[in-house]
Formats: sequence, C-alpha cells, structure tokens
Amino acid sequence: MAKKQYAFYPGCSSQKGASAANFLTSMNVMTEKLDIQLNEIPDWNCCGASIGYGEGGELPRLVINARNLAIAEKELPGQDMVSGCPACWLATRETHERLAEHSSLLAETNEALKEAGLNLNNTVRARHMTEVLIEDIGWDAMKAPVVKPLDGLKIAGYVGCQTNRPFGIAGESFENPKYLDKMIETVGAEPMAKYEQKVTCCGGALAFSEPEKSQKQIRDIVESAYDSGADMIVTPCQLCQANVEIYQSEINKKHGTKFKMPVVYYTQLMSIAYGGSAADAGLNGQLIKADKLEKIAGK
Amino acid sequence: MSDLNTQAVARYKNNFLKEVEERVEDGHWVKMCMQCGVCAGSCPLGPAWQHSPQKIFMMIRAGKREEVLGSDSMWMCTSCYNCIVRCPRKLPITHIMHGLANYAHRLDLAPKGQPTREIARLFWDNLVKTGRVNELKFSLAMYFKDGFAQGIKNAMAMQGIGLGLMKAKRLNPMEIVGGHKCKDIPGIHKMVAKAREIEDRRRGLA
Repeated sequence: MAKKQYAFYPGCSSQKGASAANFLTSMNVMTEKLDIQLNEIPDWNCCGASIGYGEGGELPRLVINARNLAIAEKELPGQDMVSGCPACWLATRETHERLAEHSSLLAETNEALKEAGLNLNNTVRARHMTEVLIEDIGWDAMKAPVVKPLDGLKIAGYVGCQTNRPFGIAGESFENPKYLDKMIETVGAEPMAKYEQKVTCCGGALAFSEPEKSQKQIRDIVESAYDSGADMIVTPCQLCQANVEIYQSEINKKHGTKFKMPVVYYTQLMSIAYGGSAADAGLNGQLIKADKLEKIAGK
Repeated sequence: MSDLNTQAVARYKNNFLKEVEERVEDGHWVKMCMQCGVCAGSCPLGPAWQHSPQKIFMMIRAGKREEVLGSDSMWMCTSCYNCIVRCPRKLPITHIMHGLANYAHRLDLAPKGQPTREIARLFWDNLVKTGRVNELKFSLAMYFKDGFAQGIKNAMAMQGIGLGLMKAKRLNPMEIVGGHKCKDIPGIHKMVAKAREIEDRRRGLA
C-alpha cells in the first residue's frame, strides 16, 4: 500500500528537549506502523498558541500561521497539513477558514507575507492527527497492527478543549465526543464510561498566570479519573498532558491529596499496542510513571 | 492616559459600541447577543470573571468603556471555546474576548501587572524573537516578571518540577544559550512588523 503523505507541522512543544518531546517519539512509531509519511514543513514557525492574542492581535497572529500554510503550499504541494498539537491545528485551521471567508484579510496577509518572500493561495487544509487517523486511516486499519492488546488497562479518556472545540472531529458532539474512548477500545484497553471530566478545561496557558484557578480544574480532572476507577488518563493534547501531569505534585502539597495518576497520549497507547518498547513510546518522558503500560511493553 | 486612548475617546465620543465594532476583532458581532447567559454558565473560570461575557456585551452597548477595557475579566479566558460552541446565536465569544483584551492592552487601559496580560506579552515576544517558543526562557521570564527576588522564590518553588522535566528530557537546560529557532528570522521579523503596521493603520492605532 502506498504511504499516505502529509505536510507535517510538529509545533514547538514536540521538538527535542521540549515539554511534549515524548509525544513525537511515540507518534513516529504509530505513523510508521500505519503507513503514514510525514514530511516536515521546512522552517515552520510557532502558531501563537492560545495566548498569542494578547500582544499579537489578529493580523500578526493570522500571518504567522499563514507563513506555515504558504510554505507547505509551495514546498509540499497537494498535501494536507497535519499537526499533532491541538493548538497548532486550531490556529492554522482558523487562519485557513478566516482567510477563505474574508478576501480583504487574505490580501493584507499576503502583503505581510511578501516581506518574507512568500505568497498564499490558501489551498492547504489544516488537519489534526486524530482526524487523519479516523477519516483517512479508519478504525479497522488502526486495529490491524495491534500485537499487544492493552488487556485489563482501565483508561479515562480526557479529550480536553481544543481537539474538541471549536472545530472538533466531524460527526462527534462537543459535550460527549466518543472517538477517544473508541481508540482506547481499539488498542484493547477499557475506556471508563463514567469519567465525568472528559471535556473539562485544564486551565490552558492560565496554568502559568492563574495557578490556583487552573489547579482547581486539574484537581477535578484527576479526581474524576480516580472516581471512575481508571489506572491512567489518556489525552490527545500536549498542554492538557503537561498541565494535568505536572501539577499533581503541587496540588498534593497544597491540599494533602495523594494524586499519582499517569497521563499519557493516545499515540503512546498505540505505540505499545503495536509492539513498540517503552522507549519507543516515550514512556521515559513521564513524570508520573505509567507502570501498567510499561509492564505490557515489557511482555 | 495614552495618546492612542485620547484619540479614541475624541473619535468615538460616547459611542463605545461603534468603537468596538470598528476596532475589536469580531466586534461587529456584539450587537447580536440576546443576553441568554449561556456563555456565563459555560465558562470554566466563570466565578473568576468580575463581568461575564454576557455582562461585557451589555456593558459595551451601555457605553461603559472604562469599566470594560479596564476589567480583568477578559484575561480570565482560557481559550476553551465552550462559549463559542454553546452560544445559540453563534457569536465567536472567545475571539471577541481576546479582541477586547488585546485592544485594552494596546490602549494601555488593561489592568497593570495583570498576570495573563504579562505572560501573553512575554510569550509573543519569545516566539517572534526566533520564530519558535523557547520554553526555558519563557518559564524563566515568567518567574522573573515581578522582579529578581520574587523570581528566585518562584524558581525555587518550581525547581522540583523543573528537575523532573529535565530528567524526563522535556526541558533542556541548553535552551538558555540557543535552542530551537527558525532559519528565516529576519523574514519573520519583517513580516510580523508589516502585519502589525497594516492592522494598526486599519484600526486607527497607527
């Protein structure tokens, strides 16, 4: 089968030595097994994330995203852009849609892009990796490479915000999306049907600026995972992963809780189920060790 | 009061709604709000908002310019997009809140030292500098935003987490001397400056 090709936008957090470096490690194993070829967009830049608006306003924010789209359009023609990071995806897709809707904004964007020797016709579709898996690869093909089903693993599927809103995955509801639970089932684990905080906000960038308020969100997200009987939380989002894992120790210090709930990416589940080692799945990147997953990897 | 603000007051007199419609991202949607309150009830940080989006919309229509632009409410937005997907009139509420925050920041009416305002500025400066975010420098800039002594205190409080991340190879101490960056940094700088120039001209902030 010919490999499916995509213009790949890794995003800042997935780079070597960055906060979601282990996401990329595990995604590479997954895409290899699924015959997906990711062609990195040359010299891509940051999307501005969800906090870029404060100083960046509207047009500069659209323009930095348009730069990535313009490079992809020129260097990797005919390929959809795919990102593993919800913030990168959201910012790029929003840019694509806004520029398609307002020709005056596209004209202004191109005036700015000219300064970097670029031009955008706005033909590139921006997609999220989970979209690609569901729509282009399909559930059967996702299941086919499973050699180590994650038997007995109980998992709380935490979708979070930006993979789910405002765009989300076609055909899924904003209030109760089912695809992550279905992915958990596909790799042989058990999704916790009673997990209540599936689409709760982790605080996003406000984890830095409003720690108390964000940690209240994180506390709910983790507590509900325990209440549902889960062994671990799985998420498609880099910022959700970081916030929900990193701040558990802070919450324990402040509130006397004993949280120690591993938080992993869906790509890590797939890497292990597809026969990858703990290192292939980037499990050495966990602050809270995902022991039960490591055990399956070691079988 | 900043010059930009004086000019804005002179230009729009008591018509704050018109000012928002012309100068704030997606501001032309404000008049579509029917005051149902779903946004207020959907916000994860709802209790932290002095004025919910619903109230902000009514205050704009009532001409409460200083109260709106000086409010720290918009800075409580986590960009979760709950309000957008639930709004029965499909107002792009998240974007309007971002737009108001940015406009208030540009006029220097936003609360001084508001922590999200500060980190938003640090984050943008960080990413524009090299085209990519340097997580280590961003973290340090955040810790030290309130001065050196407070910075040491913040860094000490977070050192366990920092060391954990380094051990997990998710924070690279070498980022302090360089780190990931784009090749065409000059092009990015010119492009961003041009975008800002165009937008400022269009919004009357030039």
